[in-house]
Amino acid sequence: MKLKQTLIAAAIAAGFAGAARAQMSDGVVKIGVMSDMSSLYADIGGPGSVIAARMAVDDYLKAHKSSLKVEIVTADHQNKPDVGSQIARQWYDQDKVDAIADVPTSSVALAVADVTKQKNKVFLISGAASSDLTGKACSPNNIHWTYDTWMLANGTGSAIVKTGGDTWFFLTSDYAFGHALERDTEAVVLKNGGKVLGKVRHPLNAQDFSSFLLQAQASKAKIIGLANAGGDTINSIKQAAEFGIVKGGQSLAGMLVFISDIHGIGLEKAQGLIFTETFYWDLNDGTRAWTRRFVEQSKGKYPTMVQAGVYSAVTHYLKSVDAAKTDDAPKVLAQMKAMPSDDPLFGKGTVRKDGRVLHPAYLVEVKKPSESKGPYDYYKVRATIPADQAFRPEKEGGCSLVN
Amino acid sequence: MTEIFGVPTQALFGQLLIGLINGSFYALLSLGLAVIFGLLNIINFTHGAQYMMGAFIAYILASKAGLGYWWSLLIVPPVVGATGIVIERFMLQRLYKLDHLYGLLLTFGLALIIQGLFRNEYGTSGLPYSMPAELSGGHNLGFMFLPNYRAWVIAASLVVCLGTWFVIERTKLGSYLRAATENPALVQAFGINVPRMITLTYGFGVALAAFAGVMAAPIYQVSPQMGADLIIVVFAVVVIGGMGSILGSILTGFGLGIVEGLTKVFYPEASNTVIFVIMAVVLMIRPAGLFGAQK
Repeated sequence: MKLKQTLIAAAIAAGFAGAARAQMSDGVVKIGVMSDMSSLYADIGGPGSVIAARMAVDDYLKAHKSSLKVEIVTADHQNKPDVGSQIARQWYDQDKVDAIADVPTSSVALAVADVTKQKNKVFLISGAASSDLTGKACSPNNIHWTYDTWMLANGTGSAIVKTGGDTWFFLTSDYAFGHALERDTEAVVLKNGGKVLGKVRHPLNAQDFSSFLLQAQASKAKIIGLANAGGDTINSIKQAAEFGIVKGGQSLAGMLVFISDIHGIGLEKAQGLIFTETFYWDLNDGTRAWTRRFVEQSKGKYPTMVQAGVYSAVTHYLKSVDAAKTDDAPKVLAQMKAMPSDDPLFGKGTVRKDGRVLHPAYLVEVKKPSESKGPYDYYKVRATIPADQAFRPEKEGGCSLVN
Repeated sequence: MTEIFGVPTQALFGQLLIGLINGSFYALLSLGLAVIFGLLNIINFTHGAQYMMGAFIAYILASKAGLGYWWSLLIVPPVVGATGIVIERFMLQRLYKLDHLYGLLLTFGLALIIQGLFRNEYGTSGLPYSMPAELSGGHNLGFMFLPNYRAWVIAASLVVCLGTWFVIERTKLGSYLRAATENPALVQAFGINVPRMITLTYGFGVALAAFAGVMAAPIYQVSPQMGADLIIVVFAVVVIGGMGSILGSILTGFGLGIVEGLTKVFYPEASNTVIFVIMAVVLMIRPAGLFGAQK
């Protein structure tokens, strides 16, 4: 198997002679970035998440003149839960990793969350979407940044139902993430007075969606909800354009779309698509300046919200380690939840008891080719959803940490 | 409206047609594999990567040189075919006397390397490729909306498949090829350059994969792993049809496209496994495949 595991010493801070030595387990704070490095989600998290994590470490050490020694290790979980939990075990037991970051693919993240809870470490989730990570399957060790299925469903779903899209048909990716996204969106549709006319579950990484699209077309639903991600979403949107679905009066709702997907589809076919993001490079001076530095290292690829989330999460983690003066997980977790987060990408945020991080979200619409002025100039921000409304209320998640 | 197992017949016709379109891709790809296996005895695992190269070179031609779809259809197959010839000349040729396994390992390794190189350069989320203006749009057939491009895919694939079959089974050149697989020494004794013929055959098989890649670019995601996702299914198609059987691979390609299409209606969750179930059953009953020569 190609379990590739590269060790990268990210930053070795100059020793501050005389500064009070903090209580680090082995003198080093070690963060493991685990992601899909080579398959369908690699452009969403992957090597870009590693760049973001390294930037977070460098920026933090420089800005706070911190004496922390931080090291970053990386691994490819190949979208397989067994591979993910095996790496997590090895990291925690043998390599003295203190926290794992990113982990796209909900099924893998759920497995890694289990291991993290057993070993009592810190799990900084950015790439995984299932809202169960802070709901039914919540754990004191999970900190969930960036997004989740409830927030996507709520942001995109309610905006669409309120503007008249009240009958839905779902194209759902047949695994934990797709099911969660479909369930959460269906609840939002029903709550806002809409109806679900049907659904079809397709295998992960399907090549051809015309069959499924034809079923969606036959249902006569006004909205076809794409409860999938990555290449599956790209292929669905490309082929929906081809089969004249949008011209025929039905609309597509991408439940989880990333800027890298829009880049792969092209504005010609993606224009008008509405969805929710929590980060866009062109939001303000802070995001633009950060993105310029990111792009220098990523061969011109612009950051996704998942990669930005890794930056934000690692920053807050390091800040909390410094404040708690230890990398002992329970103390750091308590500190992360007690202290508000603040960084140029996500602004101010708070970490809730169930591990959910609250920050604003944005309802965006893809520009027409004629409106786009430069590379990755893809979105118009239609609305900002404030942090306290963007995510599921703490009481509704069914998390055992909340009473 | 009449229904079959709860599905309206109208919808069923649509799904049959879609199955036929997907079958066109299976047929094109499995045909290349069958030609290569039939004449070279090499299990060409690089086929998926070569299909992907076809789509990528079409993208590169469009973005760097401004050459559109039709030019790509003309230029890309010979270009990718030529890279195949290089591979055959310098690597595969040394393996003919060894077990199948060596060829399989070499081509599989090459596929991983090629995919890795493209992934490093272009990432995994894919690249946009627009459809030729002449083929966009479509017609309403009453039971479904048939995009013009898909109709073109079926037609082009049928012509290429039947053309290949005709050349190999019905012409003099084809008879040389077939004779060369049976007894290369004897054919060479008649003054025919067998090694060159084999090199060109491999080049042709690879060109077929690249042709399928260009055909796929406007409708599927153009990404480094597009071939890897497809190739396993295509291998199953070849095994079901009978390794090396030209007609078998064409017919099973189209046939399995239809079976898969119907599975997507009745039980979508199984749509990516149904072909392997059929493969298992066929192997139990007819180990040489449906159209393979039983030994």
